[in-house]
Amino acid sequence: MQNQLDDRIIQVLNHEGEVAGELPELSDDELRAMYRWMVFGRVFSDRMVALQRQGRSNTFAPLTGQEASVALATALQPDDWFVGSYREILPILAKGVPPLAMLETYKGYIPTQYSREAHTLPIQIVLAAQMPHAAGLAMAIKYEGKPHVAVGVCGDGATSEGDFNETLNFAGVFKAPLVVVVQNNGWAISVPRRVQTAASFIADRGPGFGVPSFVVDGNDVLAVHKVMADCVARARAGDGPSLVEMMTYRMGAHTTADDPTKYRPEEELAYWKPRDPLLRMRMYLLSKGLLSNTEDEQMHEAVAAEIQTAVSALDAMPPTEPSRLFELVYETPTPQLVAQRAALQDIGD
Amino acid sequence: MPKWTMVQALNNALELELEQDERVLIFGEDVGLNGGVFRVTDGLQAKFGERRVFDTPLAESGIIGTAVGMAVYGLRPVPEIQFAGFSFVSFNQIASQATKMRLRSGGVFTVPLVIRAPFGGGVRTPELHGDSVEAFYMHMQGIKVVIPSNPYDAKGLLHAAIADPDPVLFLEHMKLYRSIRQDVPAERYEVALGKAAVAQEGSDITVISYGAMLHVALQAAELIAKEDGASVEVVDLRTISPLDEATIAASVSKTGRAVVVNEAPRAGGVAAEVIAVINEQCLYSLLKPVARVTCPDTPFPVPSIEDAFVPTAVRIAAAIRETLKP
Ligand SMILES: Cc1ncc(C[n+]2csc(CCOP(=O)(O)OP(=O)(O)O)c2C)c(N)n1
Ligand SMILES: [Mg+2]
Repeated sequence: MQNQLDDRIIQVLNHEGEVAGELPELSDDELRAMYRWMVFGRVFSDRMVALQRQGRSNTFAPLTGQEASVALATALQPDDWFVGSYREILPILAKGVPPLAMLETYKGYIPTQYSREAHTLPIQIVLAAQMPHAAGLAMAIKYEGKPHVAVGVCGDGATSEGDFNETLNFAGVFKAPLVVVVQNNGWAISVPRRVQTAASFIADRGPGFGVPSFVVDGNDVLAVHKVMADCVARARAGDGPSLVEMMTYRMGAHTTADDPTKYRPEEELAYWKPRDPLLRMRMYLLSKGLLSNTEDEQMHEAVAAEIQTAVSALDAMPPTEPSRLFELVYETPTPQLVAQRAALQDIGD
Repeated sequence: MPKWTMVQALNNALELELEQDERVLIFGEDVGLNGGVFRVTDGLQAKFGERRVFDTPLAESGIIGTAVGMAVYGLRPVPEIQFAGFSFVSFNQIASQATKMRLRSGGVFTVPLVIRAPFGGGVRTPELHGDSVEAFYMHMQGIKVVIPSNPYDAKGLLHAAIADPDPVLFLEHMKLYRSIRQDVPAERYEVALGKAAVAQEGSDITVISYGAMLHVALQAAELIAKEDGASVEVVDLRTISPLDEATIAASVSKTGRAVVVNEAPRAGGVAAEVIAVINEQCLYSLLKPVARVTCPDTPFPVPSIEDAFVPTAVRIAAAIRETLKP
């Protein structure tokens, strides 16, 4: 079975939720906040799937099983940049992009909720094409002498694209303050990880680019936070980029348009179910007395209510005006676009 | 006023930009110490240092992709693609990223980026160095495409391109790099994007072109004036996208006849788009069908047969004569 954990994989909590490595420096409140985000991710993803099933939203890629990805954002400061794709919704939200921005996007609206202050690029869909942007942001940060970093994230399948490799190469050569992260969830739609590379770990790519690399248990939120905090600190100190491979698992379908029973062995899911990142963090918090079952229930309810507020806000929003598209091609629409917009409106009236 | 080649004019524009705006960065393959394979960035690294002017790994997608990130951050990257034919390697970063960031973010993130690249036939280069690629980018939404025909315009257009808030592809015809000298002011000035110029006034027919072909069109106009006594108006598009439809329409409405010339292949090219504009805006002024003179729809020819393919003054003159017939 792929994704078999081995000695090289950094762990803080084993899958019983027991401490198995050095704990990161996090306060009780920070630990609870982290868990709350994981709950948020689980509930949000389920809600998005439900909205799609009800015909109220478009194709969505569930993140179930990958909630430890929140730790890709928890080690960052507000001025640090985050660049991910559709599977990174949770760290994108945790970095400060409002849930409404995601709801709008999946509703098929032109987004209105992004802000520069979140320092997070919008989701783009050409696999790995966002990665050089993260390197460019990091190069710009270094050029301006700012104490910030950039994080660029993609999936295991995306690592076969040239842009992933060129990103590591540029980041290495320019010693950019960048952390490159791969969420290795075992699958690229129906294609298993072994088809992407003959190497045992994607992280093995790092040394070839002169970039230190780490393999982390991607279902262990504390381990992910710890590795990220270390890599971010190195980048901030001017010591250059790192590559982090998160060993995780996509417990759901690729998207709402996918049926994994066609290609995924049932034993594999059975192996991963008890390794659910949410369960693990909950067991840890329960055992430490940082969470009770009642508090957990209350937290789930509060999160669901918060998401409902965003869904209601979406429902109350006016749909995107067709003419808006013409305003987002260039800062000033060309004479051609002005004429084409007018022509479209004439026919519409 | 100094008499400069296009290489000198471009070099001067880049120097002024680096001087006046800390956000401007120049990078690409061999643009540093070597000053670019055509010396357009000559001396800039020596003057502004490796922080501002630097060589990158040899990877076009990485060059443009990192430039997109820098532009989003707020810098003004001016990367060079060594030859426009190699822009295919970075095509995705231009087509799906640089040009889509504004929409994707609802206007929050923008990409003020200028990609410079040499191209063009007539200089006996290996394959893909000479290809005219502008039509691919004209079809692309969200990027402007500029092709200057002389040193003065080259400098002014490059300043305007760097000042522009959106991606601009700045294509430099290799044959024009050193073949023309012109009075070029040493200070900064802009030639507006999206504005064509009437390179020569005339009354009987309009020839529309750009880049190196503009000069071949001017030779053809001279030939026609001498041998046929007809007066040819020559329009220099300067910006390929967006086209200056008003200047095209004004000229063709006046003359009633038009020939459109591009060095690129025929199908789906700039000439085709210009002719569509003429049809939409001045069909009833036309006295004859509009002709186009282009390279055929073959790959760009190998050096030994190049001259048989690239439009010549004689071929353009023949098209003018045909179009002048009553
Ligand atoms: C360049 C490109 N090719 C193909 C696709 C279609 N596609 C979308 S997601 C996907 C699989 C991606 O797998 P991975 O990178 O492992 O990310 P995951 O979905 O597992 O998070 C494919 C093939 C795409 N979006 N972009
Ligand atoms: Mg995957």
